[in-house]
Amino acid sequence: MSLLRTQIGVLARRSMLKTLRQPFQLFPIVFFPLILLAVNASGLKAATHLPGFPTHSYISFAIAVAFIQGGMFSLINTGTNLAEDIESGFFHRLALTPLRRVALIAGLLVGVAALGVLQSAVYMLMGLVAGAHLDAGIGGVGVVLVLGALTAVAFGAFGCAAALQTGSGEAVQGLFPLFFVFIFLSSSNLPRNLLKTGWFHTIANVNPISYLIEAFRSLYIYGWDATALWRGFAVVIGLTILGLLAVAGAMRTRMQRT
Amino acid sequence: MISSTHGGLWRVAWTIAWRGLHTYVRRPDLLVPSLVFPLVFFASFAGGLSALGSVPGFHFPAGYTAFQFVFVLCQSAMFGGLFTGFSLAFDFESGFARRLMLAAEDRRGIALGYALVALSRAAITLALITAVALATGMRITGDGIDIFGLYGLAFMLTLIGYGWAAGVAFRFRSIQAGPLMQTPVFLLLFLAPVYVPLALLKGWIHSVASINPATAFLDAGRGLISGVQEHTALAFVCALALIVLFTIWMLSGLRSAENSA
Repeated sequence: MSLLRTQIGVLARRSMLKTLRQPFQLFPIVFFPLILLAVNASGLKAATHLPGFPTHSYISFAIAVAFIQGGMFSLINTGTNLAEDIESGFFHRLALTPLRRVALIAGLLVGVAALGVLQSAVYMLMGLVAGAHLDAGIGGVGVVLVLGALTAVAFGAFGCAAALQTGSGEAVQGLFPLFFVFIFLSSSNLPRNLLKTGWFHTIANVNPISYLIEAFRSLYIYGWDATALWRGFAVVIGLTILGLLAVAGAMRTRMQRT
Repeated sequence: MISSTHGGLWRVAWTIAWRGLHTYVRRPDLLVPSLVFPLVFFASFAGGLSALGSVPGFHFPAGYTAFQFVFVLCQSAMFGGLFTGFSLAFDFESGFARRLMLAAEDRRGIALGYALVALSRAAITLALITAVALATGMRITGDGIDIFGLYGLAFMLTLIGYGWAAGVAFRFRSIQAGPLMQTPVFLLLFLAPVYVPLALLKGWIHSVASINPATAFLDAGRGLISGVQEHTALAFVCALALIVLFTIWMLSGLRSAENSA
């Protein structure tokens, strides 16, 4: 058990350092969600005048999206890093060592979770500076960090599955637009009750990302909303399970090829 | 050295344009995202934000769908140019563009050829978005000349996006420079009145948007589609000036690529 823990620890550290040491990977994680937040918070401020809008602070409403975008970048970074390892042959050399298979992926995902906590802390801090108010208080900080880490792991698992399946960084990058569509077609910019276009409202209602966004958002706007939180956690845990199942399937195929 | 045979220039340009367009329509990984992305933007902004049309102070005769359509049209036009810059950078990375530079009678034809590719790509995307927008009930209250002006402006934006991206591609000759091509254009577009008119923007974004040329493009485009013209002359002058500026930027980049070869 302690050997497995050591293996996971070493690989998690490597996974984190690999991202932290590459400005090209760090830049989108920090820069893009924050610039989009700044632009949307200012550009869509007028939406707070709509009857039924839940807050007067659009930044408190919109900051939730930054955490999801951070998760999407985890997908790309984790997938690209693993695909690079496959392309360079490093993954195959690792697979030939006595390292346990579960440690290969668990190590990566623990690293992703740690990065998820780090990036969530950055978004929270920048949001605070820009005037976002976390209504849930100190306890809410902990929940945001846990939810941020889980979101990063859930998306990271899909990145790993894509990398194992295709073995190509380019293919993993190609997934980004697909996942971004889920953010666009959700309650990311307006609450669901204000989505007036029928078909869009229907899509946002069945899009799980809406519920994940609303879990983060509830902590900022309503404080402790049990319904929003259980739905958000259910979505992120469900996505993690699906992602891990996809990883297990892809891993089996990849190892057979090795 | 850049040679000056006129016939050679167009021969090279047409050959590259044919190859570029052929590659574009035959490769789903290039074609599909370039068509799907603008549609997702359109669906998300026009569909998801339609409630903004009821914000106090928002008056747009053609409705919120047309208001957002103009943004998506301008964005798609500029990104059509930008993505052609990506293709040029990729061709340099693969070595194809270097071989092209050895073979071309007039190397300015390379820049011109990719510009034709950019315009063709933009034409395909703009036609699709327009068809979808009309099918979903978008109202156009401008007349035929206004609409001709709107698409003229859109193609000028394609040339601006392409001129910038090609200048970067000729200098860096690597797809690694992609973020450098994309980020300034992305910022330029989103620091303009994307969701509501300029008058409804408050704070720092209002100050930035007031001096951003993209604001003039959006105002002019929205004026043309609604028939209530605003900043039209300013937008065309700005666009023309930027095309001249980025043509110089692109040709100096071409010279830099020649010198490094």
